Amino acid sequence: MRLTCPLCGERDRREFYYYGAEDYLHRPSEGAPLSEWDSYLHLRDNVAGVVRDLWYHEAGCAQWLVVTRNTVTHEISGVELVAERAK
Amino acid sequence: MRVDGKGLIDRTKPVRFCFDGRDYAGYKGDTLASALLANDVRLVGRSFKYHRPRGVLTAGSEEPNALVEVVGPSNQTPNVRATVQEVFEGLVAQSQNRLGSLRFDLLAVNDYLSPFLSAGFYYKTFMWPRAFWEGLYEPLIRRAAGLGSLSGRHDEGVYEKAFAFCDVLVIGSGPAGLMAALTAGRAGADVILCEESHALGGRLLSDGGTIGGLPAGDWVAQVVAELEALPNVRIMVRTTVTGAYDHGTYGALERVGLHKPARPNLPRECFWRIVAKHAVLASGALERPVAFENNDRPGIMMASAVRTYLNRYGVVPGRRVTLFANTDQARGVARDLMAAGVTVAAIVDPRPDASSVEDCPVHVGAEVVGSRGRLGLSGIQVRKGSEIIEIETDCLAMSGGWNPTLHLTCHMNGRPRWSEELAAFVPMEGAVPGLVAVGAANGSFSTHGALVTGHAAALKAVEALGRKVSVAVPEAEDMPYRIKALWAVEGTGRAWLDFANDVTTKDVKLAAQEGFRSVEHMKRYTTQGMAPDQGKNSNVAALAVLADATGRGIPETGTTTFRPPYVPVSIAAMGAGGRAEGFAPQRFLTSDQASRDRGAPMIEAGLWYRPSYFPKPGETTWREACDREVRMVRETVGIADVSTLGKIDIQGRDAGRFLDFVYTNTFSTLPVGRVRYGLMLREDGHVLDDGTSARLGENHYLMTTTTAAAGLVMRHLDFVHQAFCADWQVRFISVTEAWAQFAVAGPKARELVLSFLETPVELPFMGVAPVRIGGVDGRLFRISFSGEEGYEIAVPTRYGEALFRDLVARAETMGGGPYGMEALNVLRIEKGFITHAEIHGRVTAHDIGMEKMVSAKKDCIGKAAATRPGMWGPEREQLVGLKTHAPISAGAHLFVPGTEVHRETDQGYVTSVCWSPTVGAWLGLAFLKDGRARHGEKIRLVDHLRGLDVICEVCDPVFHDPEGEKLRA
Amino acid sequence: MPDLIAKSALEGRSLALGGVTLAEVDPGPITSIALYPGGTKTAAKGLRTLGLAMPGPNSFIEKKGARIVWTGREQAFLIGVAPPAIEGAALTDQSDGWAVLALSGVAAVEVLARLVPVDLRLAACPVGTALRTQVNHMNAVILRTGDYGFEILVFRSMARTAWHEIENAMHMVQARAGTKI
Repeated sequence: MRLTCPLCGERDRREFYYYGAEDYLHRPSEGAPLSEWDSYLHLRDNVAGVVRDLWYHEAGCAQWLVVTRNTVTHEISGVELVAERAK
Repeated sequence: MRVDGKGLIDRTKPVRFCFDGRDYAGYKGDTLASALLANDVRLVGRSFKYHRPRGVLTAGSEEPNALVEVVGPSNQTPNVRATVQEVFEGLVAQSQNRLGSLRFDLLAVNDYLSPFLSAGFYYKTFMWPRAFWEGLYEPLIRRAAGLGSLSGRHDEGVYEKAFAFCDVLVIGSGPAGLMAALTAGRAGADVILCEESHALGGRLLSDGGTIGGLPAGDWVAQVVAELEALPNVRIMVRTTVTGAYDHGTYGALERVGLHKPARPNLPRECFWRIVAKHAVLASGALERPVAFENNDRPGIMMASAVRTYLNRYGVVPGRRVTLFANTDQARGVARDLMAAGVTVAAIVDPRPDASSVEDCPVHVGAEVVGSRGRLGLSGIQVRKGSEIIEIETDCLAMSGGWNPTLHLTCHMNGRPRWSEELAAFVPMEGAVPGLVAVGAANGSFSTHGALVTGHAAALKAVEALGRKVSVAVPEAEDMPYRIKALWAVEGTGRAWLDFANDVTTKDVKLAAQEGFRSVEHMKRYTTQGMAPDQGKNSNVAALAVLADATGRGIPETGTTTFRPPYVPVSIAAMGAGGRAEGFAPQRFLTSDQASRDRGAPMIEAGLWYRPSYFPKPGETTWREACDREVRMVRETVGIADVSTLGKIDIQGRDAGRFLDFVYTNTFSTLPVGRVRYGLMLREDGHVLDDGTSARLGENHYLMTTTTAAAGLVMRHLDFVHQAFCADWQVRFISVTEAWAQFAVAGPKARELVLSFLETPVELPFMGVAPVRIGGVDGRLFRISFSGEEGYEIAVPTRYGEALFRDLVARAETMGGGPYGMEALNVLRIEKGFITHAEIHGRVTAHDIGMEKMVSAKKDCIGKAAATRPGMWGPEREQLVGLKTHAPISAGAHLFVPGTEVHRETDQGYVTSVCWSPTVGAWLGLAFLKDGRARHGEKIRLVDHLRGLDVICEVCDPVFHDPEGEKLRA
Repeated sequence: MPDLIAKSALEGRSLALGGVTLAEVDPGPITSIALYPGGTKTAAKGLRTLGLAMPGPNSFIEKKGARIVWTGREQAFLIGVAPPAIEGAALTDQSDGWAVLALSGVAAVEVLARLVPVDLRLAACPVGTALRTQVNHMNAVILRTGDYGFEILVFRSMARTAWHEIENAMHMVQARAGTKI
């Protein structure tokens, strides 16, 4: 598996650490109801198709990345820097 | 027998080798199989289950029979395919899976027991008595059914792994592969051409013919010469592409030194990871056997293999050869043999409409129905209509047609497509993105078809790379492929499908009869396709037999899944460099040599090597040294290297704000020159790490992490920063490696520290200040992990060793000295300080009694989740101390005295223990249900593993100086 | 007063095998320059005093013995000179955090192909390239310093492992000399 880091270029999967769904980026605001935290922390879809995941270029530039990929075809259609993503 | 004037072997270079204790001669360019056949050695092995005599079946890596052990100076490699292993001077090989000699294998008795050894016999036979399975049945079966043996010693051979990159990867160098490589190479693309064998040319080396008016061999030589001269083409021979993976990644196994006498540092094998923008699969096709009674005798071979041995190695495997084949192509074998002066006793062709015009007897519409010859073929029976003809022959060349070698196209879940016309599966287009199958691998069985499709695929790749080229495709043979499928000949005897695992047509039919009708179930029940050849010779025929037995068609029956690797890959090659210490990087402290000089045993702490203890003359156990070191710190002064703690330099106007966000407590209010203990949570409310952070300047902090979690914390900080506050004025970087840091602890610590500072400083407890030591800028912290008055002194790493030696020497003049990890651990347990033994990922701030450290005045990572029900309260296991007078263990569980010991009554568990020379008791840190309310209670500690059952007193986890008077002295 | 003798990770060790040379080199000071949001302009001004600028991703710039190496998003290592005053960026001394190994020779690229999962051949990795990647299991910064030369920065504590692994790869490449790749 290869990922194209927006900074470092195309690299082998061994350089990356996988974290989980992109949902982690949408942190509830302070004081949000606990049910919202529950869903933020623990509730995930198990998608056969396009997902957006968080990966960390641990052995490279240390940037967190949002990777859009298809769990069926394994095609990767986009990699963005978390730090520079459109909010 | 060797034939004059034939073959590509180098007859000027004779090679001596040894097989089963006998010396033989071959030539450079021979495989072990060709050299043995040249010496008329037909019997080379015994079969897996029935111990039937077996000979060479094929001439390639798909060989199921001729598996041998190669004995090297430092290793013994089992299951080496004699058809792949090249001979070299001094090669020692031996047959495997036999008891006694190869000719008189005592386990051949299994063959007579075959009625009892059918598919699934394990499950049926060894049911009773149950206790016999482990002690008797299994060892016996393992002894009888084996595939070679190991030396029992470590493999001291050198293995290599490497990475390669290219525009176009061409897999296979037959006509299709050479044409593809030539086209891409001339276009200037970066090409890698992998060939499994030691010579390029594929079947052109075996089948001859002409290409563009040139003899095929000359055309190959011409193309190879051009490719070798192209700087953009890399040719890798003896390299099998073993797997296709995501995004253009391919695995390949190169036999680097297996064909040579062992040499120091010369890798035996190299496992390549090749990344290719495009790949052309020109892996050819595999000829398939026909199942008939006793079709497994030595001397019965694949027709294409007979041709390869003749034309490539100058060897004929018999004096009177017969051919049993159902395609026109296979006739070429007989013609080549006759041209070489070998008698062809008969051609048996099951197709009623086949030509009968050959220079030898031809039986059209006939089938081979049986064979004879105990250790080698001596004759066959042919059925033609109702007539049975006996034919004397010592070599039967058989062919049931061809299966495209499409395995790689299935490695990413692609399913092959059934072609009625070819009676074979062909690759599904686009099954592996970027990979195109060409030539025989794609069902184009003529040389012309191979050249044209190889050229076209390369051209397409070249165009996608934005290059242009014009290459003419030379003229070549374009014979149509006429086949009448023949999988198994009607008969009542045992007819082999899977030679390697001894699976017959009967076994497959039995599987269907017993309900294992799915191809995946049949495979597992019969073990068909599960041998080292992974069904390369038998899969399609076996599923055809299954389809027939279940009354379905082949496409409906489907195939099993081809998975990597295509050929067996040694673990040594795949994990090259990873043996023993190569497993992970080793991290060494600057004090490493100084500690070893003092005889300290080094222990691994993560990747670091740290001194366990510093033995003194007369001390015989680690405990004696440890107890002394603990007393030394409590009474005088001790020195420990603590550089392994993670250190993160954090700067910027928003640095304090950032720390407030990642720590539960507040750091923005910390005065410059002060240090504060901080607790860090994961977003799910559990403790991530703890440590101290110092404020070095208005906008400058230094965070420390535990040794174990340094990487984890960095990743976490990066996430929080980039995900939630990338616009803040804060940047941070690890400085773990930049500073060597030493703890100076004990009542005399201050005296020692003041002795080496250029300018004395008086630091309050939890203070930090820049200092100068011997002309070097350093930092002094007043922090303690021992409970004594403690300092940590940091200098740039290059001065670490010198400072450590100096500190230890100074300490020794004061009655102190160095202390190791064991003492460090005892000191912190006595003081109730936690490590990752306690904050192991499932504990909350509440569990460790630090809930008050979660500031109410601000948000922080993990705060919301920490308040959720179930994350706090009396039902949770809380940190307590344990005290007792008998040895106890970490990992033990806690129970109320008098209750039964089982899961439901479990009250908690122990995380850290030590003998405390300070308290004079065994101490433990433990998590106990509602533990804080239970101080003073007696609790029963049970460890079944170590046989411990001890009553302990539950107490506060701080055993030493609970008021902290010593720290603040 | 203690007499603090400075020691490098490998005490300047060097080794030549099969036309490839491996040596520990002293890079001089190493300073991390990490830009704050909005710090690009002011930092550029500071760097201009050295005739340098923040390098683009995967590259380094060299001028009169001073090198500035891209090491991450809005981050670079200034190597070989003491840092000038730079506004708008966090400066952190990294001089002691790294061991620097120079690898040179025609087969140097083959040696690294055993350890580094990135295409380091000249066409894909021209002189002036700076990569954050791995040397086997170790994080590293790899600089393409010449057609046949590399400098490799690894964490100082791992210098011995890095040395050992590169040396092993040198031995293997030498043993199979003559193989084309």
